[in-house]
Amino acid sequence: MLRLVIRRLLQLIPTLAGLSILLFLWVHRLPGGPAAAMLGERATAESKARIEEQLGLDKPVMEQYWLFLQRIVQGDLGTSSQTGQPVLDELLLRFPATVELALSAMLLAVVVGIPLGYFAARRRGGWLDVAAVSGSLLGICIPVFFLAFLLRALFAVNLGWFPAGGRQETGMNATEVTGFYVLDGLLTGELDAAWGAINHLALPAIALASIPLAIVVRMTRASVLEVLGEDYIRTAESKGLNKSVVRIRHVLRNALLPIVTAIGLLTGGLLSGAVLTESVFSFGGIGSFLKDAIDNRDYPVLTGFIMFIAATFVIINLLVDVAYSLIDPRVRVH
Amino acid sequence: MRKTRSRVARTLAAALAVGVIATGCASERGDDNGDKPFVFGAAGDPDSLDPSISSDGETFRVTRQSFEALIEHEPGGTEFSPGLATKWSSNKDATEWTFDLKKDVEFHDGEKFNADAVCANYDRWYNWTGTYQSDLLSYYWQKVFGGFKKNENDSLPASNYVGCEAKDEHTAVIKVKKATANLPGGFSLQAMAIHSPKAIEKYEKENASGSGDAISRPKYTQEAGTVAGTGPFEVEKWNKGNKEITLKKFDGYHGDKAKTDTLVFRTIDTEDGRKQALESGGIQGYDLVAPGDVASLEKEGFQVPVRKVFNLFYVGMAQEKNPALKDKKVRQAVSQAIDRQNIVDTQLPEGGKIASQFVPDTIEGYSDKVPEIKHDPENAKKLLKEAGEENLTVDFCYPTEVTRPYMPAPKDMYQIMQKDLENVGIKVKTHPMKWNPTYSDSVRDGKCGLYLLGWTGDFNDAYNFLGTWFAEPLKEWGFKDKKVFDAVKDSGSEPDLEKRVELYKKANEVVMDYLPGLPVSSSPPSIAFGKDVNPPKVSPLTQENFAEASFK
Amino acid sequence: MSLDTKAAKIDRLAELTAKQETSTGASLWVEAYRRLRTSKMALIGAVVIGLFVVLAVVGPWVAPHDPTQMWRGEVFRNRGIFVGPRDGNWFGLDQLGRDEFSRMLVGARQTLMVGVVATLLGLTVGAILGGLSGAALTLGGNTGRKVDTVIMRVIDMMLAMPSLLLAVSIAAVLGQSLTTVMIAVGVVQIPIFARLLRGAMLAQGGADYVLAAKALGVRKRRIVFSQILPNSLSPVIVQATLCLATAIIEAAALSYLGLGNPNPATPEWGVMLAESQAFFDDAPMLAVYPAVGIIITALGFTLLGEAMREALDPKLRS
Repeated sequence: MLRLVIRRLLQLIPTLAGLSILLFLWVHRLPGGPAAAMLGERATAESKARIEEQLGLDKPVMEQYWLFLQRIVQGDLGTSSQTGQPVLDELLLRFPATVELALSAMLLAVVVGIPLGYFAARRRGGWLDVAAVSGSLLGICIPVFFLAFLLRALFAVNLGWFPAGGRQETGMNATEVTGFYVLDGLLTGELDAAWGAINHLALPAIALASIPLAIVVRMTRASVLEVLGEDYIRTAESKGLNKSVVRIRHVLRNALLPIVTAIGLLTGGLLSGAVLTESVFSFGGIGSFLKDAIDNRDYPVLTGFIMFIAATFVIINLLVDVAYSLIDPRVRVH
Repeated sequence: MRKTRSRVARTLAAALAVGVIATGCASERGDDNGDKPFVFGAAGDPDSLDPSISSDGETFRVTRQSFEALIEHEPGGTEFSPGLATKWSSNKDATEWTFDLKKDVEFHDGEKFNADAVCANYDRWYNWTGTYQSDLLSYYWQKVFGGFKKNENDSLPASNYVGCEAKDEHTAVIKVKKATANLPGGFSLQAMAIHSPKAIEKYEKENASGSGDAISRPKYTQEAGTVAGTGPFEVEKWNKGNKEITLKKFDGYHGDKAKTDTLVFRTIDTEDGRKQALESGGIQGYDLVAPGDVASLEKEGFQVPVRKVFNLFYVGMAQEKNPALKDKKVRQAVSQAIDRQNIVDTQLPEGGKIASQFVPDTIEGYSDKVPEIKHDPENAKKLLKEAGEENLTVDFCYPTEVTRPYMPAPKDMYQIMQKDLENVGIKVKTHPMKWNPTYSDSVRDGKCGLYLLGWTGDFNDAYNFLGTWFAEPLKEWGFKDKKVFDAVKDSGSEPDLEKRVELYKKANEVVMDYLPGLPVSSSPPSIAFGKDVNPPKVSPLTQENFAEASFK
Repeated sequence: MSLDTKAAKIDRLAELTAKQETSTGASLWVEAYRRLRTSKMALIGAVVIGLFVVLAVVGPWVAPHDPTQMWRGEVFRNRGIFVGPRDGNWFGLDQLGRDEFSRMLVGARQTLMVGVVATLLGLTVGAILGGLSGAALTLGGNTGRKVDTVIMRVIDMMLAMPSLLLAVSIAAVLGQSLTTVMIAVGVVQIPIFARLLRGAMLAQGGADYVLAAKALGVRKRRIVFSQILPNSLSPVIVQATLCLATAIIEAAALSYLGLGNPNPATPEWGVMLAESQAFFDDAPMLAVYPAVGIIITALGFTLLGEAMREALDPKLRS
């Protein structure tokens, strides 16, 4: 297991190096050049000159790149031109909100999607199957920002079941430990706070889950269908094994493999969706911060975020690999 | 497999247990006082908790609740009223301003308010160096007092500020070199609000440790705890992740104490988001209500008080960018092509009207003698022909993702004007830009031939409008007509108020005779509140005092 | 559909189609077409797409009005007064008093254009990269493997980036324009096509007819370009259909973020949908028209794409 982790980490080095080159080039192509990317467009001429010297813009390109790398490795992503604070701090501050939202959406997609896909496949052509397939088609085809808007108009304004935005009831005055509000509420025993956070999470999570849910349903359905046709299932069934054992041990477990991969790959898409959902629900995570950054051309934040995403992506794929090897012993061998 | 799973589960449980113990996750919640917080939906995050280094309305909305200036405005009006000074007067030349200060006033940090505190503030601003001299941070100081003790940039004018003197415990005297119409209005600006001297000392320390390269606001401006004013609320917490600022009632306040214990400003970026948050009861009020929502909100029982008209919306013309605009006939043609009545009728809130000059008609110095510009596309075509500009192309900029009190739907208004101009044969090149910083910068640098902009008055003096645009040649207009600048400057340095008003009227006539741009409209912006609250008096200057707000 | 998800499917699809082709050879397309014709999904998809394309092509000519013409004095957005469907304006007037029906018709072309150009861009560049990678690997040798590794690393990186962020980054460098939208949406699709083609080519590499050709002594280069490559294109074509749907939705999201076509006078569904949310309570239909337009169109492409995929995938046949 450890060797697997180390090997995967080593493999990531060239990917990250390549990404840093692309990023370096991008920063240099920005209007105003890298100084503007560090300071924002409105920086004074003197501070620009100072930064340009610091970045070594008069030096050869290779040396500039080396300096660029050093800064990134040290976590110096520049200063947000919107808030004037270090980008890394700003991102870390908002990270829990987005992770909480993304995890809830993912959880929703998995908990609803896998059983739905499984039962749809078992009764192929039945009403559940038809509903699941057409529902997932719609989930893929409706623009996320519009779905979020509709959910808010219907469930928050008209029915009043859920709050229209934000992360927590104002005046809840909950204790913050980790920044993950549901977890904080549970850890500190402030159950009302946890419940409040869950209430606020519900609509954004549903909106954000629309695409992953659709995909998980479809993938589960497809791979269960595939597995059901395999010889070993028929063998298992014919040798009189308990039906539920066959279902869970053979069908579901084998069907899970591609789903786990897909979940890992969904992360990038989730972050795109989070930009849209969080801004509709003024959720206050990285997504809505990013929307502000886009609006204000806050390049330091955008650059920092790309590096941040790369790191997150790396970690998630690592986790997926580990999960893979837990589910499927064959993977461990090669 | 089963083994693995249980091992994972056990590890997880152990980790969770360790986490609980290690962080000592006891609830740290204080006693709930049970009072419901008053939540107001803001359109954007503030940029700083220290108003002296900001020029942004959303920032001032928050800081205004916890900081007070020497002079304030009467609730719901534009007249000056006592703030931290009970009385103020100037010498005949208007170069020496004497303030009688209110007694028994305490800052949030327990410090006493006195004349030394006033001088400590004004001297702090005057002595600013380095990054603080950027107009990003010290916009209003520069606007009112010009430069600093030691200007580090040649483009800064010499400072008009001379000094501040504490005559006695409760009398402060502020001296300037020349009379200016920016005073006493400048003393009422939120950016000139008085901070506790002890807090100022702390500010300086943090600043010293901050990095000077990037324009980065010091840490004390980004979290509660350091800033201290005298207002009815003190800042308790700024939760950036949640986009929420919580203010607590200040029990030691010297005036009428706040009627709610907790005031929260929550940022909701979109217009429809704010509206739906109000409708679902998540917030008790919000600003920048779309005119189209006013009627439906009222029908649902919400309170939508209307502010008095105190703004001006105009189409700017940059002559350097488009030399054709140097010809007055072309400027007239553009002005007559645009159907301002249509914009007023379909886009602006009820009570909006066409502006005839560069000040609203609610301000002293408004002239009745300015001739009306009629919407006349045929004549506009004729004028273009006479000027030999029948194939005129203009670069027209508009801001995206923003609404301003004077400009509810920039994109729609732009499209109406674009069509108007095309109808008289002018070709329009569209340049949408983000409001901040691209749009403001491009306009200021004169990169837009035509552009949409406006101004909400900071205080009741026509110079706050005219002086902003026409006191000296600016790239955003790109003309150098001495007559215009002299008329405006002369009015601005006249110490006698009555004479000044007459000069303003004349200046308005001169400006409109030159026609640097097209004033479009003045309109009353709305603000919305929930059914179950007593809203504060709404202010034409958008300076609502939330200490007046309460639940029914 | 989110692009990243597809990555997993991409490889599988590539593998499946390739396998199928080995067993049935050239009759695959005939067989697939026969199955496609009987598929209800495909029929619905094809009809929707056909309608949409016809609208997009003839829309600007048959539109009853100039989409920028404004009926003055009828719509008062500031008082919540809108004009609904009526004679001459079948969908009513939009917030500025323009004919909504004409704007929908003209907007269809913009929407289709963004989708098609973006997908073509993604397809072309992606196919070149993927083809190069696949060819290099099949031709073998150390150099080939190195070329493949380098290309695939770049592709993996692109897959890791959230599509919107990629689009924003591109818009930052190129400035805001319709071209930027097309490039941004197109670039996002490059890695999908690249992986897909590469995967299909690798699967084909082990096919019997390739082995046979090798045994007969046909030059490797010739095998790659005249045998493997043409036979690997079917999954790419399927994917292109699916990507058209994605492109349309992504373009709408970019419009919502204010990164779309800068000239607001030009009607475009995504922009119309984003704008109409501000006055949804007063005129919900102005949001419904573009929303339904986008959803139906995306659905059409998805249905046809899925049907094609199923037709080509033997395992999903009942």
